[in-house]
Amino acid sequence: MTARSIAMTIDQVAVRFGGLVAISDMSFTVGDGEIVSLIGPNGAGKTTAFNVMTGFLTPSAGHVTYQGTTLTGLKPHEIADLGLIRTFQRTSVFPNDTVYDNLLIGLHRQGRVRLLDAILGLPGARASERRLRQRAGELLEWVGLERRAHDAAGSLSYGEQRLVGVALALAAEPSMLLLDEPVSGMNASETHRFVELIRSIRDRGITILLVEHDMPMVMTVSDRIVVLNYGRIIAEGTPDVIRNHPAVIEAYLGHGAGRA
Amino acid sequence: MRAIITILVIAALASVPLWLRDPYLLNALITTGIFVIGAMSLNLLLGFTGQLSLGHIAFFGIGAYVSALTSLGFDIGLPGGLRLVHTPWPPIIGFVLAILIAGLCGYFVGLLSFRVRGAYFVIVTISFAEVVRLVALNWVELTQGPLALTNIPSIALPLPGFGELTLRTKMQNYYLVLVVALTAYFLIARLVHSHFGRSMRGLMENETLAVSVGIDVTRTLTVAAVISAAIAGAAGSLYAHYIRIIDPEVFAFINTVTMVIMVISGGKGSLAGPVVGGLIFGLLPVALRPVMAPEAQWIAYGGVLIAILFVLPRGIVPSLAQRLTRRRSATTALAPVALTETGAKEPA
Repeated sequence: MTARSIAMTIDQVAVRFGGLVAISDMSFTVGDGEIVSLIGPNGAGKTTAFNVMTGFLTPSAGHVTYQGTTLTGLKPHEIADLGLIRTFQRTSVFPNDTVYDNLLIGLHRQGRVRLLDAILGLPGARASERRLRQRAGELLEWVGLERRAHDAAGSLSYGEQRLVGVALALAAEPSMLLLDEPVSGMNASETHRFVELIRSIRDRGITILLVEHDMPMVMTVSDRIVVLNYGRIIAEGTPDVIRNHPAVIEAYLGHGAGRA
Repeated sequence: MRAIITILVIAALASVPLWLRDPYLLNALITTGIFVIGAMSLNLLLGFTGQLSLGHIAFFGIGAYVSALTSLGFDIGLPGGLRLVHTPWPPIIGFVLAILIAGLCGYFVGLLSFRVRGAYFVIVTISFAEVVRLVALNWVELTQGPLALTNIPSIALPLPGFGELTLRTKMQNYYLVLVVALTAYFLIARLVHSHFGRSMRGLMENETLAVSVGIDVTRTLTVAAVISAAIAGAAGSLYAHYIRIIDPEVFAFINTVTMVIMVISGGKGSLAGPVVGGLIFGLLPVALRPVMAPEAQWIAYGGVLIAILFVLPRGIVPSLAQRLTRRRSATTALAPVALTETGAKEPA
């Protein structure tokens, strides 16, 4: 790891639900333009960590800093305005809208025009609409869903819905993208295409933090991996280091690690 | 195609007073039109943000009272022996104030109640309407209480260079209501097809996801509540100046229920839904009058509502539109759909 500037710092974050410790004393950083994966067995606290970073959950202790701004106390939509955008494990689309309209909703941050301008149909508002529609078309092409543009998002296959979720997140023009188990429910070829997509996203300068169970996929795509178990970080390093880390093998990967 | 239908419908509506000479029917159409405006404003909240306001009549009534009091004037005592005296202003100013003050009330109710959603929001709105009704009933010095505000002047349109035109006849009032209704319709249409409308839809369908792409829940819902309340206030003002007498019964819960029925039967979340539902339930009393006593009519309304929702569960307009597109797509299933087709779709 050479000297990258730091995009996100997680500093001694702890989350407790009553007596249950979901995360205790978690600290790590994500560098600009890096692909970092957060892995660990079910219930290790990965999604909880995501919820803290995106403002859906307030940590019991510690804080998260993104590009120099402390996120504590900010609402989710304010954090989204900083360019920190996430996807969700389950609720990844607006089911009753077409895929195309989903992306238009996702383009919210690009399309802010004064309400009065929109109602009066002033040229500025119309030009903005044209830009958004063009951009939605580009995004569809990028994730390869042009053919499903006019289908209701809820009618798509599980794997396609995940792609819509990612396209939605990309529509919000993130500088950092948090992906919560994006390839669960995808078959091998879909996963392979998704890895390509993640790389092309990173090549556009977007930092990526990934939560994922698919070990081969994590090992292929990550620059660095952070391993959680019972809310604690038990290891951190490059895929090679993690693959051979005794604590990780014991806690999580078992004998399957060598296969990846 | 869409534009042609729109123009034909407007032309048909505009021609009604030219061939319909029966003042009773014209009167029914005017009051129905006023309630249709109320139903459209309710649909903006219920159909496009998913929030059920069961106190919507409060904004309508506030608009009616503000407009009436502005044009009648009042003289009330304040604490400390002061008196607040307002001399009558032209009704058209009352109309504008009705919109502004109803919108302001929508802002406060919106702020308060969007912290609580679902059932809690429903209860807050019911309570709000009831509180406003009690104020109107008991602040006799201002509102005359159950004695009602009477002799409310008709709306007069200022015509530069010609003095002003007082709208006294039914025909004039019909056109006034039509113009306000069309303005409200196209305002709501623009709104829901805009960027802002997409935010509302996003919040209704998947709030967590909407927030994660940067949509501000409180702002979006509050703005929708303000516009909805302002339109309801405009309808209330029209009502006050047309009927020319209002009492606290205008806030009755049954009036909100009537609007909800209009929206649900016509189809919530569709622009034309409240218009269709409003015309049906506004004109049903007229159709039933020769054959049924007014008490029995309520049973008929219930029956009609159940029948509509049994046959067209999503409301008349959305259900019919769905059947139509299904039939069309069955014949043109293989034709590729170009992106620009929706891209070029005009609002309204």
